[in-house]
Amino acid sequence: MRRTLPISILALGACSIGNAQPAPQDLHGAAPFQDQLLRLEPLIKGFDPAIGPPWVDPVIWKASIPKDNEPTAARIALGRKLYFDPRLSKDGTVACATCHDTTRAFTDLRPTSEGIGGQVGRRNSPTTMNAALLASQFWDGRADRLEDQAKLPITNPIEMGFPDGAAAVAAIAGDAEYIQMFKAAYNRDPNYDDIGRAIASFERVLIFLDAPFDAFLRGDAKAISEEAKRGWVLYNGKGRCNSCHPLNPANPIGSDGRFHNVGVSARHHDFLDLANKALAVLAKSGSEATLDVLAVGSDTSELGRFLVSRLESDIGGFRTPLIRNAGITAPYMHDGSMQTLWDVMDHYNRGGEANPYLDGGIEPLALSEQEIADLVAFTFTLTDRRFADANATAFAKQRDQAKAKRPFREDDLANRRRMPFAATPAGSKP
Amino acid sequence: MSRKHTSVETRYMEEREQTLRGLEGLSRRGFLKVSAAAAAGAATLVGGMSRHSFLPVRIAGAQPGDKGFRFAYISDSHLYEEKVNDRFVRGLLRAVDDVNRMDPQPDFVLYGGDLAQLGQASELQLGQQILKTLKAPLKMMVGEHDWFLDLGDKWRELFGPELYSFDHKGVHFVTLMSVVEKDFWTERKLTPMERMKTVAGLDNGAQRSFEVGEAGRKWLADDLAKVPKSTPLVVFSHSPLYKLYKKWNFWTDDAEPVQALLKPFQRVTVIHGHTHQILTNRIGNIHFHGMLSTAWPWPYAPEGLPELTIQMDRPDPFNPSDGCGDGSFDVHPDGLVDSIYRLWNRNPVSVKASYVATGKTDRPPTNSRRGY
Repeated sequence: MRRTLPISILALGACSIGNAQPAPQDLHGAAPFQDQLLRLEPLIKGFDPAIGPPWVDPVIWKASIPKDNEPTAARIALGRKLYFDPRLSKDGTVACATCHDTTRAFTDLRPTSEGIGGQVGRRNSPTTMNAALLASQFWDGRADRLEDQAKLPITNPIEMGFPDGAAAVAAIAGDAEYIQMFKAAYNRDPNYDDIGRAIASFERVLIFLDAPFDAFLRGDAKAISEEAKRGWVLYNGKGRCNSCHPLNPANPIGSDGRFHNVGVSARHHDFLDLANKALAVLAKSGSEATLDVLAVGSDTSELGRFLVSRLESDIGGFRTPLIRNAGITAPYMHDGSMQTLWDVMDHYNRGGEANPYLDGGIEPLALSEQEIADLVAFTFTLTDRRFADANATAFAKQRDQAKAKRPFREDDLANRRRMPFAATPAGSKP
Repeated sequence: MSRKHTSVETRYMEEREQTLRGLEGLSRRGFLKVSAAAAAGAATLVGGMSRHSFLPVRIAGAQPGDKGFRFAYISDSHLYEEKVNDRFVRGLLRAVDDVNRMDPQPDFVLYGGDLAQLGQASELQLGQQILKTLKAPLKMMVGEHDWFLDLGDKWRELFGPELYSFDHKGVHFVTLMSVVEKDFWTERKLTPMERMKTVAGLDNGAQRSFEVGEAGRKWLADDLAKVPKSTPLVVFSHSPLYKLYKKWNFWTDDAEPVQALLKPFQRVTVIHGHTHQILTNRIGNIHFHGMLSTAWPWPYAPEGLPELTIQMDRPDPFNPSDGCGDGSFDVHPDGLVDSIYRLWNRNPVSVKASYVATGKTDRPPTNSRRGY
């Protein structure tokens, strides 16, 4: 079924993107892009990227934007068109919006994402909401900025599959509308770096930091429940969450931007074997493309930051994800291996998973069931008010899921009746 | 002319200022270049990984295991009973787990002393129970925290004599008891626990200094009399066998006479606990290596730090086990010893005999926490 896109929805600034985009045959489970665009418009209405979102310090906002890519209406419009354009994939079925679906909290709500030909990668698709405020991009920080991030999936063989940037440019370069839009945005013909820049500009519009919790911080005592208020105290105290998820006006997204091994993949993999495998591959070619393949396409993905830095201290370390809107972006962790926030709390409550590289800050927390519920309730108050309905639905769903199944709950470990490194007989493989 | 005093804060601000000024000249592109160069450097260094560490363990031609050998260490766990404090218990468990994962297994594991915090039977027994899960043979050394509640009764019962030696693959190993103190408690009428807690404290003028003591020196002299001077010698002592900082007992009062006994040997390495940090020294031909603690890292002493020591970074306060760890020693066929510090959540640091001997070659990295 083909629908015509209403011009008014698509227009942001002067450029219309019309109905030039072909609808992909295979959506890989994503919502039809027309529906996504309809959902997007009210979400971003009134946002002026030149000024920045009202919840972010204007100095920080300005500093986060590269000098050669000041967001203009033309750049944002171009980025938005590219974000929804499946021609940026080799077989014309995958766009940014496939895995960062605007109707699904700008992610795909899957454990790991599906690319061309139904291939499934190893990493959970992080939401593009507030991604502009992250210290680095990807779970392993292999790109510094959105501009760099946006270009890599297009040439990843599992994701969008172009052999190189030039091939991707060729796929859209014949489109007169693009030629005109690139001209308006960057005063150049279509080129790969500007594709990255434009998508980044569009992503800078996706700031969602207006949550009930913020109203609470501004003095509205009724904005969040008593349960959530207790959760906030636990977040900063017994739960130790704020060690890695500092949440304050200077850091509104709740990520320290650092890389921590919390043991998620220690359940399935021997880090040392993987590290040696990765080194063998990287010894042959240390290119960005090799790295991208290792990160998305094989078990070595579990090495996280190590792939980028090749430092032993980074084995199994992943960048602390932002905590904003976490309620609506399940499943969790770099591999999407946790279905609910209860699972996440259970994981941290038991002290993560013991492995030689476990971050020293991860230790058993002895949280009670009520305390876990308080922390979960608190986390759901971090969802932007524009997603209040989705948030309520997700909360109810997760609560039911958690009632049925708590695969990571381990009371003996949480309460230190059994010690983490004694839990498995010493020396046995994790 | 008196040197103008600069406070720690002032020095910090000056260094910070300097760093920031340095950064100004570094554009983003320049920074990336620097990073790329660093990455390339790391890539060439990290040739392959041993199971114990991803250190650039490419000590070409002299890789222990060919002819030399490796032993591991765990030290200074300061155990309380689990119900009092389980963090230190988890630290020791983690170290045992680390060592048990080493492939190939080390020839033996040295425990560097201070297994207990207050010398109590329950603490020592808990430690023994955990150390029993080690796969490799265990060599025990006593520390002052194990000793001063009952002057060694329980420790001896569990682990045997505190002074002993053994030979392994051509190297003569000696384990000393270097934390003897002259009686300061009888006169003050201290209870055993008061005595223990006095010794356990820093900056406590009531206690005396550590020493090997006359009896210990006599035993050592007799033991070494049987060993040819050409035999490589490795000495374990809980306190450093030199004088670093008296107020914290980073100190052995009879260091000079003890060193005099070791000096005639051509290759001597002293491995000590107590200081909970990377600590490197050489006096004449005697190499000294400090061991890491599994419980906490000490700050460096305000004075007396040996010139060869390249300080490890300040621990990250958010990471309770940062600056802690375990490690191993590679004994080369010639009897010289490299110390490998396996710091948890940091990159391992290798302090090689070649560095200790020359102060120049194989200089360890000044920043061991590049991962951050």
